[in-house]
Amino acid sequence: MSAVVGVDLALIVLLVALAWWILAARDAFAAIAGFVAYGLVLMLAWMRLAGPDVALTEGAIGSGLSGLMLFGAAARLRRKGHEAATASPSAGTAMRVGVGLLCAGVVAALAAIVLELPEPAPTLAPQAAASLGATRLGNPVTGVLLAYRALDTLLEKVVLFLALIGVWSLAPDRAWGGAPRIPSVESHGALRLLAQVLPPFGILVGIHMVWNGADAPGGAFPGSAVLAAMWMLALAAGLTRLPAVSCRRLRTAIIIGPAVFLLVAFAGFGLAGAFLAYPDGWAKPLIVAIELPLILSIAVILTLLIAGPPETEVRP
Amino acid sequence: MSRILDILTVLLIVAGVFFFLAGTVGLLRFPDPLTRLHALTKADNLGLGLIVLALLPRVAWPFDALKLIAVWLFALLASATVGQLVGRIAHEKGLDS
Repeated sequence: MSAVVGVDLALIVLLVALAWWILAARDAFAAIAGFVAYGLVLMLAWMRLAGPDVALTEGAIGSGLSGLMLFGAAARLRRKGHEAATASPSAGTAMRVGVGLLCAGVVAALAAIVLELPEPAPTLAPQAAASLGATRLGNPVTGVLLAYRALDTLLEKVVLFLALIGVWSLAPDRAWGGAPRIPSVESHGALRLLAQVLPPFGILVGIHMVWNGADAPGGAFPGSAVLAAMWMLALAAGLTRLPAVSCRRLRTAIIIGPAVFLLVAFAGFGLAGAFLAYPDGWAKPLIVAIELPLILSIAVILTLLIAGPPETEVRP
Repeated sequence: MSRILDILTVLLIVAGVFFFLAGTVGLLRFPDPLTRLHALTKADNLGLGLIVLALLPRVAWPFDALKLIAVWLFALLASATVGQLVGRIAHEKGLDS
């Protein structure tokens, strides 16, 4: 028992130390490396809290994809010579003290709330588990995400879609309709080999995570993140190129997930009497029908979010 | 029999942790990128391999055990590739002399 407490304490100390490192690091790349490590340790912390679904999402999205996005942003800033501007603190002492006090206040308020929670903490878990049989799902997390609170999940996908529109709208006029670019290391044997060997396994793992999500930890988001990572690997190795954003097939892939979700949601009015309601006995097949196009859309959107706005000029 | 397996697991994990420790010390102490990469391979190849080996008798055969071995092989593949990339960039920038 004491060994387990020791591991938990070590995790907490590591998390606080890494959080400090992210704030204190002078160089943007060092801070982002700390952020990625922080995400991985946070993943272990979620495992210790018995939340494998959250841990998988934290590892795939919070650490992996967000880290990649931040590295890309830092590289872009460095290319454009903004490094000096980001590294030197421009805020005055009063501002820094103010921000510090505000953060300390938020931490104190959160700590007070957590310590004031009644014991045992209020929970809807028993109700969620009790009704799970009706959906024929084995994983209560998937039940919450796609049956009880499907509206939240639907809006989450729409937000992702809006974020992509936001990124694309940053494109200069001459590049509109062109292709975004993930910087690739041309003619590098080792990366090329990895990009040829890994994707078959990665695609299998990604689909396995989504399919398994019905009965075990996994789900659409981490699964799609793995698929997106495989595509990005092939792009970074120069094996393939991103299509232009005006490509109709690409746009179909982006909207098909949210579109099918909306279609099923509206069909709920006719079939089960409410928006996003599933008819009796149809919950599981409908959820699978929603998830399959959804992983395609999420994987494509995540890759395009990393790739950034279109850069190449459109050939007339 | 299970006692022997327990002792084997503990010994292999201790050996694995030793290689992780050695790799980390090397990463922190060695002077240039190529020797630091050389230190890291101790952790990935041997450390992780020994820990996987230690856990093999404790999981269900075949699927869980094969998954553990696959994790080790993927870590080897990824670290070998990243090692090549970092090594080449260090070489091109002249950091290896």
